[in-house]
Amino acid sequence: MNNKLTELLKNKPQNLLNIFYTAGYPQLEDTTTLLTALEIAKVDLVEIGIPFSDPLADGPTIQESSKIALENGMSIEKLFSQLENHTPKVPVLLMGYLNPVMQYGLEAFCKRCSEVGVDGLIVPDLPMYIYETEFKEVFEKYNISNIFLVTPQTSEKRIREIDANSNGFIYAVSSASTTGSKTDFSAAADYLGKLKEMDLKTPILTGFNIKNQQNFQDACNYVDGAIIGSEFIRQITDVDDIAKATANFVSSIK
Amino acid sequence: MSYQVDEKGFYGEFGGAFIPELLYPNIEELQENYLAIEKSPEFQEEFHQLLKDYVGRPTPLFLAKRLSAKYGAEIWLKREDLCHTGAHKVNNTIGQILLAEKLGKKRIIAETGAGQHGVATATVCALKGLECIIYMGEKDIERQAPNVARMKMLGATVRPATSGSKTLKDATNEAMRDWINNPEDTHYIIGSVVGPHPYPDMVARYQSVISEEIKKQMDGLPDYVIACVGGGSNAMGAFYHFLDDKEVKLIGVEAAGLGVDTEKTAATLTLGTPGVLHASRSIMMQDKDGQVLEPHSISAGLDYPGIGPAHAWLKVSERAQYMAVTDAAALEAAVEVSRLEGIIPALETAHAFSVLKDLDLKPTDRVVINLSGRGDKDMNTYMEELNLNAL
Ligand SMILES: Cc1ncc(COP(=O)(O)O)c(C=O)c1O
Repeated sequence: MNNKLTELLKNKPQNLLNIFYTAGYPQLEDTTTLLTALEIAKVDLVEIGIPFSDPLADGPTIQESSKIALENGMSIEKLFSQLENHTPKVPVLLMGYLNPVMQYGLEAFCKRCSEVGVDGLIVPDLPMYIYETEFKEVFEKYNISNIFLVTPQTSEKRIREIDANSNGFIYAVSSASTTGSKTDFSAAADYLGKLKEMDLKTPILTGFNIKNQQNFQDACNYVDGAIIGSEFIRQITDVDDIAKATANFVSSIK
Repeated sequence: MSYQVDEKGFYGEFGGAFIPELLYPNIEELQENYLAIEKSPEFQEEFHQLLKDYVGRPTPLFLAKRLSAKYGAEIWLKREDLCHTGAHKVNNTIGQILLAEKLGKKRIIAETGAGQHGVATATVCALKGLECIIYMGEKDIERQAPNVARMKMLGATVRPATSGSKTLKDATNEAMRDWINNPEDTHYIIGSVVGPHPYPDMVARYQSVISEEIKKQMDGLPDYVIACVGGGSNAMGAFYHFLDDKEVKLIGVEAAGLGVDTEKTAATLTLGTPGVLHASRSIMMQDKDGQVLEPHSISAGLDYPGIGPAHAWLKVSERAQYMAVTDAAALEAAVEVSRLEGIIPALETAHAFSVLKDLDLKPTDRVVINLSGRGDKDMNTYMEELNLNAL
């Protein structure tokens, strides 16, 4: 199995745009509509959120989208069946909380991921030492990258440890905040500058409060790319044509 | 068999710290410091002095003669209802506020269900002059109005949690999000033996004063120790020093709501399965997809779909037994305790009394019930459910 994410990152590309959205939102079957629209718009990576009843690390926008997606009937099984009918052309990551993944079964989950073309996972409540002792072997068996987060509070020692254990990119949270809750990107500049100076082996993407082209370019001055989540979800909320809204938004960024 | 936490923060297969990286520094700071701080002579001195002069400890162990006569055994009541603020919750908040002070934190957050933990947190924040923000489910704000007023009187800000079932689980989510957004100056005072390591152990240690006192107050060991279980802090405090005394039967009582065979229930250990909720691996109520179920109990303090990892371990290793009591049975027990002993218990506590009728008691049996709190906060519910105005 080839891993589209490690393929993509091999040549150290810059200005990577990663768009996040919640599976099954706004409508249950929009998951692949959005994936197609994002592929056509030529984003570099796509991150799909698996909705959870208690999304601790998410701000109000993603919380609300998760709630609606669950009401729409979204589940891990449903997501896999949707992806089965649409072989992704871009690297696809799933972001999901630990409990639903564990109930599905770790091995079964990773196996299905590799079957439907998922390249990486972000599990925000999976601590590094549990990953190392209980998860890593299975992830590697199915050639799935694990994406770790770092924050401005993460010590240099731990960042280096995370760097050593990463096989995709590192997700640098641009300010210590739940997703989408702060407006000002400038506060992150110092921190991203420090990360850049650390000269890590793993590419860095930053996320959590990138909203527009200016933020995106600012971020890319320091790191290899950026992730837009809450703002993208706002852009596809209450619109008639989510594919068109997606095309417009992506072209406004990159 | 050990019933204490191991060095990785686990009780058997349960526990751990399943935290987002965003909280790693906060949790690491606590993990590295909580034992040393607790063991320091300054902490010990101030903790015990405050428990004595401020909380009013030791709380009495009272022989309930009319209940004893009714159930044909010696029934002893550990009077946590006589603690300052009206419940056991304050034992923990005293410990944690001293810890927060030692760590140099300026801002305190907490979740609350029944409001007792919120009041106990607001109280110690006033005592120490620290900013206090309490998250409380919108539904609980309604049903525990007197405690909301107390928190405000004490100078705390009460923020409603409006997601999900609008109860304790959702208040806990909001408190954790606040902590993620304010990682440097804030300490999160969790109100029960739940959450990531070291909270379950830390809160158990602060509450263990309950069983420490019971041991001193009784001559010899009791046959039973009974306590209600929401997250499990008053039960863990009451069990703690008896865990290795195998002859003492430990019984935790959870809320069955409308019944364990209905969807309106909070009987986590009876119905739940292993999973990760609020950053620890324990037993929880969830659907087949691993989504957390919305619980129901008449008692806000027991209306929670999870339980502390130590209790999951005590159940799996069969050291303790867990029973479930319905809303209706708890109300009946509340009336009985009020009329036989002149003590109006909290709705949470009433669940513990309700199992007396189901135990096979002998006249020589000595039963300790942890009377975790008083019923003042529940008078609105009692008035409505028991139609007290019409009596
Ligand atoms: C009086 C009383 N008892 C029991 C509880 C349940 O909590 P725990 O299981 O942590 O003791 C509460 C919680 O609010 C309470 O107020």
